[in-house]
Amino acid sequence: MDGVGQGPRVVFELFGWKCTETVVMGWLVIVIVAVLCKVLTSNLKKIPETKRQVIAEMLVKFVNNTVRSNMGEDMMAYAPYIGALLLYALLGSLISLVGLRSVTADFNTTLAMALITFAMITYTKIKYHGFGGYIKGFCSPIGFMLPLNLISEVATPASMAFRLFGNVAGGMVISGLVYGALGSLSAAIGLSFEAGSWAFNVFQVGIPAVLSVYFDLFSGTIQAYIFSMLTMVNVAAGKD
Amino acid sequence: MEKAIVLGCSAIGAGLAMIAGIGPGIGEGYAVGKTIESIARQPEAQGDCTRTMFIGVAMAESTGIYAFVVALILLFANPFIKQL
Repeated sequence: MDGVGQGPRVVFELFGWKCTETVVMGWLVIVIVAVLCKVLTSNLKKIPETKRQVIAEMLVKFVNNTVRSNMGEDMMAYAPYIGALLLYALLGSLISLVGLRSVTADFNTTLAMALITFAMITYTKIKYHGFGGYIKGFCSPIGFMLPLNLISEVATPASMAFRLFGNVAGGMVISGLVYGALGSLSAAIGLSFEAGSWAFNVFQVGIPAVLSVYFDLFSGTIQAYIFSMLTMVNVAAGKD
Repeated sequence: MEKAIVLGCSAIGAGLAMIAGIGPGIGEGYAVGKTIESIARQPEAQGDCTRTMFIGVAMAESTGIYAFVVALILLFANPFIKQL
């Protein structure tokens, strides 16, 4: 089926390299996060005076507390990465609220984030058990469990990537389908007013917003939280 | 003609794949219900219960998400069309 796909559009092409919407939106999110950090942390005082310092402290405290209770005091070095991951996944999903394409609705983004988690899990395992212990861990509890252990090792990043991608892309596809169906419905009843190439469909006003609240706002926030939560739990599980 | 059959069967297959949504639905319902029970019994443990529930629900959701990815591949990136 050509032309029906919901994949990211190619914005421009540079020497055969295709720059898709995902890349552009990804950089937009990075810029937003950078500006947010700069604005929130400028002119800090020991006793908070401004509202933005209170907000910044609240965010940092939330991430620190979550990391402390899930990974333990000795792995607090992961807190900045978890915070960055949470902010990126959150803003990457919420950017669809203003009509842009979600960054996390592209499998490449979520797979990249899941592969970073996989690298961190492997690093933690080697750090706490040594390289020999890491190899030996695949043969536990007995030797013939090796294939199963290998599968479960690969399944962790794959399922994390598919979960985030599936939720966000699924919301996008369902919202698009319902939007199109509402357009056809209003045209069928005669409630569609055409003005040149632009058509005004009565049912397309307001009703898709209800879906947007669930799929973009609720699902996006929860899935971003779950992704960083699973990262923390899996990395901390590498210790034992 | 061949293309039409393949496209139609792919659409039916995508619909059948989404039957897998039943399993995670029931499982997640159980998990959330038990969490509410335990929160009602011990309200001070709400934070821990909710956090554990989210992880468990996310795990239970995996199968549904796999089925959904299969359905998406069948609909938008059909591998059988290229084999004609």
